[in-house]
Amino acid sequence: MTRRGRRLALIAAAFAVVGVAAGLSLYALSDSIVFFYTPSEVVQKAVAPGARLRIGGLVKTGSVVKSADQAVAFVLTDGAHDLKVAYQGMLPDLFREGQGVVAEGVLEPSGEMRAETILAKHDERYMPREVVEALKKQGRWQEREAVAKP
Amino acid sequence: MIVEIGHFALVLALAAALIQTVVPFWGARVGDAGLMGVGRSAALTQLALIGIAFAALVNAHLTSDFSVLNVAENSNSEMPAIYKISGVWGNHEGSMLLWVLILAIFGALVALFGRALPRALRADALAVQGLISFTFLAFILLTSNPFERLIPAPFEGRDLNPILQDPGLAIHPPLLYLGYVGFSIVYSFAAAALIEGRIDAAWARFVRPFTLVAWSFMTLGIAAGSFWAYYTLGWGGFWFWDPVENASLMPWLAGTAFLHSVAVMEKRDALKVWTIFLAILAFSLSLLGTFLVRSGVLTSVHAFANDPRRGVFILAILALFISGSFALFAWRAPMLKQGGLFAPISREGALVVNNLLLTTSCATVLFGTLYPLALEQLTGAKITVGAPFFNLTCGALLLTACFVAPFGFSLAWKRGDLLGVAQRLTFALILGAVTAAVGAAWLRGASVFAPLALGLAIFVIVGTLIEVVMRAWRPGLAPGAALKRARGLPLSFFGGALAHLGLGVTLLGLSGLGFGAETIATLHKGMPAQVGPYTVTLNGIGERLGPNYKEAVASVTVRSGGAAVAEIAPARRQFASREMTTTQAGLATLHFGQVYVSIGDPAPDGAVPARLYWKPLVTLIWFGAAAMALGGGLSLADRRLRFGAGVRAKAGARVRAQPAQ
Repeated sequence: MTRRGRRLALIAAAFAVVGVAAGLSLYALSDSIVFFYTPSEVVQKAVAPGARLRIGGLVKTGSVVKSADQAVAFVLTDGAHDLKVAYQGMLPDLFREGQGVVAEGVLEPSGEMRAETILAKHDERYMPREVVEALKKQGRWQEREAVAKP
Repeated sequence: MIVEIGHFALVLALAAALIQTVVPFWGARVGDAGLMGVGRSAALTQLALIGIAFAALVNAHLTSDFSVLNVAENSNSEMPAIYKISGVWGNHEGSMLLWVLILAIFGALVALFGRALPRALRADALAVQGLISFTFLAFILLTSNPFERLIPAPFEGRDLNPILQDPGLAIHPPLLYLGYVGFSIVYSFAAAALIEGRIDAAWARFVRPFTLVAWSFMTLGIAAGSFWAYYTLGWGGFWFWDPVENASLMPWLAGTAFLHSVAVMEKRDALKVWTIFLAILAFSLSLLGTFLVRSGVLTSVHAFANDPRRGVFILAILALFISGSFALFAWRAPMLKQGGLFAPISREGALVVNNLLLTTSCATVLFGTLYPLALEQLTGAKITVGAPFFNLTCGALLLTACFVAPFGFSLAWKRGDLLGVAQRLTFALILGAVTAAVGAAWLRGASVFAPLALGLAIFVIVGTLIEVVMRAWRPGLAPGAALKRARGLPLSFFGGALAHLGLGVTLLGLSGLGFGAETIATLHKGMPAQVGPYTVTLNGIGERLGPNYKEAVASVTVRSGGAAVAEIAPARRQFASREMTTTQAGLATLHFGQVYVSIGDPAPDGAVPARLYWKPLVTLIWFGAAAMALGGGLSLADRRLRFGAGVRAKAGARVRAQPAQ
């Protein structure tokens, strides 16, 4: 094979691999991206049931109901709108009423969310960025909380 | 006082870094050996000064000097000494100081052991290294000063985040930083080679030891981090495709590709431009990772408390080094002499395939990590790209790379015999295929990945072992003679073999995921709960006092067919200082697999909510990574690669070392 031929073979191989990777990426993207909404956006966008979503907000104070078999129900709020969430399993260590959390799961026809994962913040100085922005949008965010410098 | 000395030393180090950047670079341009030599002493001075600064900060943490803001915010007088020390880098400011300390250590290594290098190349490399150091020192001093005082000093510190109060913090970041920063040396050498306008096999020999060190530490660092996440987060997962994990995986993939292509360059003087490109890429991705972690643009479990000024500063550093090096690359790379030819079917060819697959998988990870960011900027929509995306794209490419690995390892340089290699690997291929089929039948199609990974793992392990045996032994050869031949093989061959075996072992551990079991259960005293082939029984719950926490410890017995096989103690720790609770998983290792129990808050009636997992072969994931790193270490011990082994090469190199202009 000539130098030119070899180089062409190399370029062809590179295109093949990159092409396969691009194809895989597009295919995987079509069904593995998850949109993030606030409870208000769920209402405004009239999200269809069955969609896989991440919803961020505060756990409404007094809304957490624990029942048998580690089933938990609570209400996520961004101040303007509420969304009921049902979850079964262990809650993260930092899950508390009045705290920001992100719930990932599927929206039921009843308008409730069946959550498969609950993410809570890991540090009292840190809150999921989406939650911060959702709260800012609703004017319920005080900058003082974010930068907790003495 | 000691704190101020530390701060002052850091400012002096900044000055030393500036000298290290300017003087040797100028010296290399005018060909003045004296000026070039300044780089050496500047690098050593810089190490000493940053060492003093780091020691001062460690001292402040150890003595709980709460008049230092960094200590007051991240430490507590009641913490055990080990966490007081590891707490030094458990926060943004301190971890950046550790970063520059390791940078200075690598710089000093070049200064001390780089005698065999052409003088101008070493001067340029030290200058680039000095520039990296300078920008990061400026970053620390201007935006993240760890020595900032707090007046009046509080009586007690705020404590280190309890999640970080774990031996994992003492091990994971330093190892990972040794890897990240180790690639800075490779980057500096690549930039120096571009500035000098020449590159050859000798260059590859100089950077290979640094690459091996950086790569081995990075492998260990990622493995340590994933093991830490596994036992501390209580989800039983060890890899979440979190942006920060991706940020460490990308340079590892690029670095692994570099490690292979630099071998081609060293042996066959080929793939030069590509190798330089990878060297730049690996460190650029390390910098990108630093930016992603520190700026808070992406949501991640690793998020630090963020300050927007820092994000902008790091973005500027990122832009300087990435655009600077790629501009240099675009300008100079065409001048580099093209290297040797090779047939597509050869070890070089196989390594090109390896490089293609690794860099493409790296690109998919980059895409998945940055796509949400780009989409948000463009459309305002917020999305997450989850594990399924990465598993499919990056997973498929890496599994293909695993399949190619034994072929590449068995092919000869220059012109290989694919048919012969396939014949040699037939046994491994059949064994792998049979295992995959058995695995698929066992799972009844529940997972495609697990049986595929299982079969590939067997193929990689057996294929590598066959090659090791065949190198020393031919049918008809006496065992004694074979052993003698084996002893004559270079250590780097065994290093490579061990790394490939480690890859197979890690893959075997990953395949075990598909064969495991998990349940959410409420444990009642004396009532067994089933998980996989084991039963788990709660014996009771006790309270225990730690140095700075109170914990509820469950006593749990693991039984197999009625016989007790292990006692474990999953716990929940409550830290009063931050009102936080952490979960300590209970782990029982059984035949490389683990029974994993993590508990929630006990109910008043003594029932304990729990997650139970049976994870067959899971420990192999980390044993495999350790074997890979050990393989890197073994190659490093190869006589050919010792520092200074290039002395003989140097005599020849010096003649050619005239400036390219």
